[in-house]
Amino acid sequence: MNWVTVKRIFRTGFLSFWRNGFVSFASVLMMTFTLFIIGLAIFTGVILSTTLQQFRDKADMNVYFTTDAQESAILALQQQVNALPEVQSTQYISATDALANFRELHQNDQLTLQALDQLGQNPLGAVLNVKAKDINSYGAIANFLQGQEALQTGQPQIIDKINYFDQQHQDAINRLAQITTSAKWIGLIIIIIFVLVTIAISFNTLRLTIYSSREEIAVMRLVGAGQGYIRAPFLVEGVMYGLIAGIVTMLLFYPLTWWLGRSTASFFGGISVFSYYIEHFALLFLIIVGSGVLLGLIASYLAVRRYLKI
Amino acid sequence: MIYYDRVSKIYADNSVALEDVSFSVEPGEFISIVGHSGAGKTTLIKMLLAEEVPSSGAVFFESINVHEVPLRRLGEFRRKIGTVFQDFKLLPSKTAYENIAFAMEAAGRNEEEIRSDVPHVLELVDLGDKLNNFPDELSGGEQQRVAIARAIVNQPDVIIADEPTGNLDPVNTFEVVQILKKINDLGTTIILTTHNKGVIDSLKKRVITMDRGRVIRDDREGKYIL
Repeated sequence: MNWVTVKRIFRTGFLSFWRNGFVSFASVLMMTFTLFIIGLAIFTGVILSTTLQQFRDKADMNVYFTTDAQESAILALQQQVNALPEVQSTQYISATDALANFRELHQNDQLTLQALDQLGQNPLGAVLNVKAKDINSYGAIANFLQGQEALQTGQPQIIDKINYFDQQHQDAINRLAQITTSAKWIGLIIIIIFVLVTIAISFNTLRLTIYSSREEIAVMRLVGAGQGYIRAPFLVEGVMYGLIAGIVTMLLFYPLTWWLGRSTASFFGGISVFSYYIEHFALLFLIIVGSGVLLGLIASYLAVRRYLKI
Repeated sequence: MIYYDRVSKIYADNSVALEDVSFSVEPGEFISIVGHSGAGKTTLIKMLLAEEVPSSGAVFFESINVHEVPLRRLGEFRRKIGTVFQDFKLLPSKTAYENIAFAMEAAGRNEEEIRSDVPHVLELVDLGDKLNNFPDELSGGEQQRVAIARAIVNQPDVIIADEPTGNLDPVNTFEVVQILKKINDLGTTIILTTHNKGVIDSLKKRVITMDRGRVIRDDREGKYIL
């Protein structure tokens, strides 16, 4: 294919886009709708996953140490735990801090405080608060800790108890994991259905657009134009629909995410869709405009193919 | 140059469009095919353009079996044949100039040739001043002349005119036939289908008469007899 042919193909595509103004407008509109849904799907996905992540982050595990455990032994254990790939963070709460926390928690409960004072010494041990990267790995971490403890033969045991082994705590964590996992899947499936439906609609719109050109295609065939030469301008048009629709969609998302970002950031636990839009602009642009171009290209190709068979 | 070899076309519901049709066309001939509507004239023409496939028999164009041309080579093959139809078949979204230019572009001609040939060929059909009009801004006769200009611009070996005067008044009919005659005088083979008695009688050329899918007469210097 030489340069003259390429130039002609583009000129024909542009001219046809311009002259069939209303049809082009309708196609771009439909495509914009599709890309808008895809964009919404992305934002919904981001909100959903960050919100669910925050739920999952609420889960943690406390390791209670005996009152006579050496702080150095605990800190050594903390380092071992930190080194585990499943662990996100740990927080060491010394016995003194634990007592202060306890007093603050029960500051209106004079009876308990009095009882505490009567004891004369700190009845609480140090605590290691562990947060895992994944909610499902608490079991493994707890088992690791227990295993470490079992290895320490001959030395005094430092771990008093791990609250993961409380049936209630374990159940709560597992249920949270289950709920967030199914919420994620349900959300994902709904998004996928929406995207597929709009893609189908957009496909059909382009097919109708090209259906109105079927007689023209037949005439072109009769005049002796090659298949590629007939098809290419339609592909150019399809790409133009996608390109314009993609850019329009990205522009629409600017005010929309700005407005949504302000009103929903607090509700969805901190994630602002607007700052997501700004930070990931290049990626979003690539996805939205890319899907538009690809959609226009494939839909046009398939639609024209039907009428080229004479 | 064109040879129909025992061509039959029978549709699925057993209706017969063509039955055992054989004849040949020599280079430079002007041949008219006449017959009532439904006699099979258009089917015969569609066979030559590979728009229709025969149920049996074969159609040859310069020793090429038309129906063995692969789909992607069909464009190249069809450029050897210029076509003019009753309903003009112009591209509605292109101007007169662009319609003709399109046929040249499809044939891979360069811009320079297009710029010089298109006005020339439009001049030939007396439409030099309607270059930039769209088909719906032209009369039936003018549209048909654009179609003829498009058919001849690539200098095909044959021009097929399928009822080119069917939608035209007597004056435009006369003009179109004169143009076709002129093209034939310059050496191009012409196949014309019509049921216009006046046209056939004034031409005094070879006439093939068809009835219900069969060739019933083939006269050297024929008249319209039905």
